Amino acid sequence: MEDAARLLQLVVNGAAAGCIYGLIALGFVLIYKATEMINFAQGDIMMLGGFFAFSLIAHFGLNYWIGALLAILLTAAFGFALDAVVLRRVIGQPQFAVVMLTLGLGFIFRAYAGITWGYDSVGFETPFTNRTINLHGLILGQDNVSIIVGTVLLCGVLYLFFSHTRLGVAMQASSQNQLAAYYMGIPVRTVFSLIWAISAGVAAVAGILLSPVSMIDVNMGFLGIKAFAAAVLGGFGSIPGALVGGVVIGIVEQLAGYFLPAGFQEVTSNVVLLATLILRPQGLFAEIAGKRV
Amino acid sequence: MRYLFKTDYRQDITLWRHRGDLFWYGLLIVVLLLIPYVLSEFYIGELGGVFVFAVAGVGMMLLAGYTGLISLGNAAFLGIGAYTEAILLAHGVPLVVTLPVAGLFTGLFGILIGLPTLRMSGLYLAIATLAFGSIVGTVFQKWDAVTGGFDGFPVPTPDLFGMPVQGANGIYYLSLFVLVVVLWLSANLLRTPLGRAMVAIRDSEISAQSMGIHLARYKTFAFAVSAFITGLAGALFAHYVRYLAPDAFDVLLSVQFVTIVFVGGLGSLHGVIFGALFVRLLPQFIAIIRDDLPFGIGRMPGLEPSLFGFVLVIVILFEPGGIYGRWIKMKNWFQAYPLKRRTSFRRQKSYARSERLR
Amino acid sequence: MSLFRADDIAIRFGGIRAVDAVSFDVNEGEVFSIIGPNGAGKTTIFNLISRIYQPSSGRLYFQDRDITEIPAYRIAGLGIARTFQNIELFANATLLQNLLIGRHCHSTVGVLSQLVFLPAVRREELQHREKAEEVIAFLGLERYRDTLIANLPYGVRKVVELGRALCIEPKLLLLDEPSSGLNVEETEGMGFWIEDIKKDLGITVIMVEHDMNLVRMVSDRVMALNYGKVIALGTPDEVQNHPEVVRAYIGGEG
Ligand SMILES: Nc1ncnc2c1ncn2[C@@H]1O[C@H](COP(=O)(O)OP(=O)(O)OP(=O)(O)O)[C@@H](O)[C@H]1O
Ligand SMILES: [Mg+2]
Repeated sequence: MEDAARLLQLVVNGAAAGCIYGLIALGFVLIYKATEMINFAQGDIMMLGGFFAFSLIAHFGLNYWIGALLAILLTAAFGFALDAVVLRRVIGQPQFAVVMLTLGLGFIFRAYAGITWGYDSVGFETPFTNRTINLHGLILGQDNVSIIVGTVLLCGVLYLFFSHTRLGVAMQASSQNQLAAYYMGIPVRTVFSLIWAISAGVAAVAGILLSPVSMIDVNMGFLGIKAFAAAVLGGFGSIPGALVGGVVIGIVEQLAGYFLPAGFQEVTSNVVLLATLILRPQGLFAEIAGKRV
Repeated sequence: MRYLFKTDYRQDITLWRHRGDLFWYGLLIVVLLLIPYVLSEFYIGELGGVFVFAVAGVGMMLLAGYTGLISLGNAAFLGIGAYTEAILLAHGVPLVVTLPVAGLFTGLFGILIGLPTLRMSGLYLAIATLAFGSIVGTVFQKWDAVTGGFDGFPVPTPDLFGMPVQGANGIYYLSLFVLVVVLWLSANLLRTPLGRAMVAIRDSEISAQSMGIHLARYKTFAFAVSAFITGLAGALFAHYVRYLAPDAFDVLLSVQFVTIVFVGGLGSLHGVIFGALFVRLLPQFIAIIRDDLPFGIGRMPGLEPSLFGFVLVIVILFEPGGIYGRWIKMKNWFQAYPLKRRTSFRRQKSYARSERLR
Repeated sequence: MSLFRADDIAIRFGGIRAVDAVSFDVNEGEVFSIIGPNGAGKTTIFNLISRIYQPSSGRLYFQDRDITEIPAYRIAGLGIARTFQNIELFANATLLQNLLIGRHCHSTVGVLSQLVFLPAVRREELQHREKAEEVIAFLGLERYRDTLIANLPYGVRKVVELGRALCIEPKLLLLDEPSSGLNVEETEGMGFWIEDIKKDLGITVIMVEHDMNLVRMVSDRVMALNYGKVIALGTPDEVQNHPEVVRAYIGGEG
């Protein structure tokens, strides 16, 4: 019984961490599907979102919900601007350039955050901090539960958005065939910037949900590397895939930390990533194809 | 402007275009050999560091600049080379053996990572090599029986033909020698079918295949060569730092190697040298002006990486040809002076080439 | 005397039968054209021959040898060269380098000897260079020899791609829409080159082409495709006036 409860606890914690990976991965996938770029700064955008929330809530004393919402909008606006000002310029350059560009941007964001908010971990009071839920003797942190619930809700909202709103459908169309979308009168460039905005907003949600669990600090963007594993496991083109991939990685990581010697937890996500790429490069939810001549 | 009249096909396959080139390269070597008699030990040390990074930069350039394969894991190769060198020397193996072995052993790892990544497109490769790099980095840290973990690993002073290779001068000459050899091998590579096959893969895999190029073989080869050269650089690096710390071989270092090829100019060996100078001297430059910067910017802890990031962004946005590309343009501008052509400064427009199947 | 034979080949993508039970043979020394509306499966046939796609059924024979299982990179070595509909040159290399890459399948020197540039390597390089110069002279590309492909106009690139294929010294040359994107004069020039390739170099050509003037000018035989199926095969005039072909082009979907 003791063991089973412990195991369940690990699974829940893992799932919560995995939701965060999944949310970051979701940002990768949205951007990748639309523009064939991978945003290596996605984790750092999450970090910025977390810090925005910290400023609004801890500094300006806003209510948690209002502060969080504003931070998400702010980060989304930042994502929009990032695409409109910087990334749009490199369309057509080799993918390598885009990788390095976003990596470089990540360094800049980190430095900016360091100057503005310092290099120490910070946190702010949330409705979920240090509270627990008792489910028939199974004690779960509300912070972890809020991550899982928040992720599920967000996914529901995104699903409705992409399938039921004009803008969402236009985004899907532009991702599938730029040229056709353009001819149909969809302003493809603006739509792409909006996709960047959504990805950034989702990353901000991840940062805010994560803050009661692990605080906010300049280097939290390195979680993005684990999110790659999630995206790749999910097939790098599939949104549900990214989330499932994230949860799988999160749980496997927790279990590895518990059952395997020290040091293995750190490499779990990377090992899963490489194994996926070698054994099943199309991921669990295939949506990959080669080039056509 | 110097016009080049070609009278013989051989002119296109020699390493220098005319006698002038040969003269300048020769002069450069002589100057480099004499420098330690002129400059202070500090600068010799710094230059040695530039050579070490230039060697690693050549490894990166062959992979990224010529074959178009993105690697964010070359720091791991450097680390493997460095630990191999240090461990072998600690077991009393002589330098003439350890150096090539460090390269070859690392080359094996290159094949190891190259083989499974053959089918991956550019972006997947970047992610896979990033993962590989961080796994290797963790192994360095946790496998303390071999690497000494966070206690570090002291690198013994090597002997070469009975003379100890030590101090700034020793490292300087050793690195210079290795750099020249590596540049020579790479230049040979690039003027033969091997190098052309690499370029072909970079520009179009589909038609490379139809030209009879075995993609898997040449990609693996590119990884092996890149790892071999980076392993050599790692061995030099071990002597340069004299004490190996497991967290030295992290993503930031890999990014520095990529910065070398980007800032220097993709697809040119000259660019590697410019890039290495830039990447090594930038921190020095910052250190010098640190106290004069306003608002205490100079004491900001993340200054260096953020400057790397900033420079990368600027280069990619505004001068994808890198320093070498800019240099060529300026040279042309001066040579053609009154007849300058605006078009030679304008960016070539490129269009999105989808790698996707629709 | 057939040089190449396709025997009942087929491939499907999802629900689309891109090529459906197609059989034909190409005689040595002829120019064999494939025509058909967009999406008929012409390029797919080339991709099958150059082994980029694997046919789901049927066999391919070249010089009476079954090449259905041979990997793509060995096709050039057998003597089959191709061009691409949308130009697949090595854009960041010079014209000369592009042609030299075409010589790849003729290189015999080992890795280590290349790394130290042994005299044997030098000798072979000079031979490749001579062949490349022959092609440059044949196509009149002298003035672009050291220009980067990215800086060349579209029409010239089309010619360079032809040149690169010729450097392979093929027995069979596959040309995918050699005239697309060219103006009338350039197209005529292309026609003359194809005739020279056939007559002077003795190379057999399979050509996919939409421009019926060019097809009539150079072809010995023409095959018309629609929806992946052969609808007519014969002399250019026969095929052009074949009722099915007329219907495929005019009726479009019908
Ligand atoms: N790799 C692929 N995946 C999916 N469908 C494909 C693929 N290659 C070709 N097709 C489909 O097969 C059919 C034939 O295409 P193909 O490119 O051979 O046409 P084509 O005759 O060359 O036309 P065009 O004159 O436009 O070049 C088309 O419907 C195309 O969409
Ligand atoms: Mg076609």
